[in-house]
Amino acid sequence: MELHSFLISPAESARRKGPHDRIVMSSRVRLARNLKQSAFPGWAKKPERIRVLEVIQAAIEALPEMQGAFSGTMDRLSTLDKQVLVERHLISREHAAKSAGSGLVFNRDETLCFMINEEDHLRMQALCPGLQLRLAWATIDGADSALEKKLNYAFSPELGYLTACPTNLGTGVRVSAMLHLPGLVLAEQINPIIQSVNKLGLAVRGLYGEGTEALGNVFQVSNQMTLGESELAIVERLEKVLAQIIEHEENSRASLLEKKPKMVYNHIGRAYGILANAHSISSKESMNLLSLMRLGVDLGLFPGVERSLADELFILTQPAHLQQRHSEKLSAEERDVLRADMVRERLRPVSRPLPPPPAAPAGGLDKTAE
Amino acid sequence: MLCCICKEKEATVHLTQIGGDKMQKVDLCEECAKTKGVDDPTGFSLADLLLGLGASQEIEQAGGEAGLKCPACGFSQADFKKAGRLGCPACYQTFAEPLEGLLKTMHKGTRHTGKVPESLRQGRDLSNRLKQLQEKLAKAIAEEDFEEAAILRDEIKQTTARSANTTAA
Repeated sequence: MELHSFLISPAESARRKGPHDRIVMSSRVRLARNLKQSAFPGWAKKPERIRVLEVIQAAIEALPEMQGAFSGTMDRLSTLDKQVLVERHLISREHAAKSAGSGLVFNRDETLCFMINEEDHLRMQALCPGLQLRLAWATIDGADSALEKKLNYAFSPELGYLTACPTNLGTGVRVSAMLHLPGLVLAEQINPIIQSVNKLGLAVRGLYGEGTEALGNVFQVSNQMTLGESELAIVERLEKVLAQIIEHEENSRASLLEKKPKMVYNHIGRAYGILANAHSISSKESMNLLSLMRLGVDLGLFPGVERSLADELFILTQPAHLQQRHSEKLSAEERDVLRADMVRERLRPVSRPLPPPPAAPAGGLDKTAE
Repeated sequence: MLCCICKEKEATVHLTQIGGDKMQKVDLCEECAKTKGVDDPTGFSLADLLLGLGASQEIEQAGGEAGLKCPACGFSQADFKKAGRLGCPACYQTFAEPLEGLLKTMHKGTRHTGKVPESLRQGRDLSNRLKQLQEKLAKAIAEEDFEEAAILRDEIKQTTARSANTTAA
């Protein structure tokens, strides 16, 4: 099965709606599981890894919700395919580096994804648009309960699910949300927010998870501790913190518009100016500018333009997605030119941002008439 | 105060994390703070740093009883020190002692309170019930409430029989 004919189009992916999707781009819950009596993937020899892969892959393929799913081993995927999967947040960068003995299964709408023999024998995630942590948890909990009937999980009553790294021990759960926080960044409020979130034992990471930078003002917030707290308690704790972050982001946007409207319009106007007119642009720059355009859509500066346009370009401008649209191998410089061409073309029907007319001073007109 | 990473220079960056009822402190010199990314909060998580620090310290201490090897997979303590990951599920038993401190540093508790596979749930419920009954029985005997004790003793007998059945099945 060819991977690119299987993936849903970036346009469709960007049009997904969920609660609070103005700020929360997606919600994700992942579980780490291992089989009893098998060494963890990092220590197991290749024949053992292949045996584990075959057992787990068959169990996943048999799930009713995985009918018609994509299922393959990592050695059958090209480097480009793997990079596209990373850009879609379907696999980790660590998994992209795997080859024979590791595998991947994900369903048609990309909401359920299983990595086999990544750091653990099985890493499964449910991904939902917007803020829907409970739905994501319920979805993955259901899949896990179906799988435990067929797979003999390594579990200890005291320590819970046993994982390769002790940091995942217990529930093996990581609950996370991807947040678009341009208001907090522009208001220079993001660092205190990150620090206080950290103090609560939650991690804040960049766009592609562990050790990546926050491109395009996108941040991932997730739990850090997995032992001594139930899954639902973790979901609830994260929900509380996210509600606060959302409120702070909305407040930042409102207060920026009130106190420094010119600064906000300047950033958004310049972002539009470059995106709509550049002839060469890096993926990093385009992501940062698209973030500002997304903010502009949220603030009503681009009447008639959907937020999904910015989100779609967010996916399309990333290196592997861009390369995928061209048959010949592109250099970074060539990609920058083609990226700029594509963005210019897509922004052609979008008129430049229009700040709302300045409010007339109270009673101003009457007084000048006098 | 000396930096807790290089243990050479004076610590000028002081960080505190409060998680539940635990408070952890890290003191760093300017240089180490920079290499750990502390000056760039967007790419930095205090929790990550703490985990890393806690882990290396604890692993270091655990390294004292070298020569410990997992009988199931042959993974040694030196391997754990190097990889930060374990060899197989049985390693948690093999290295239970050295891991204890590490888990305490990393997590909210040291006992799992979340999901339990269905097949184990029944057995666990019964064993919890048994423990409760035995505590009640001890209390009843201490209070010389022999009527209550007799009822409890019968209940314990029944529960034990049921739990033996489920383990057999």
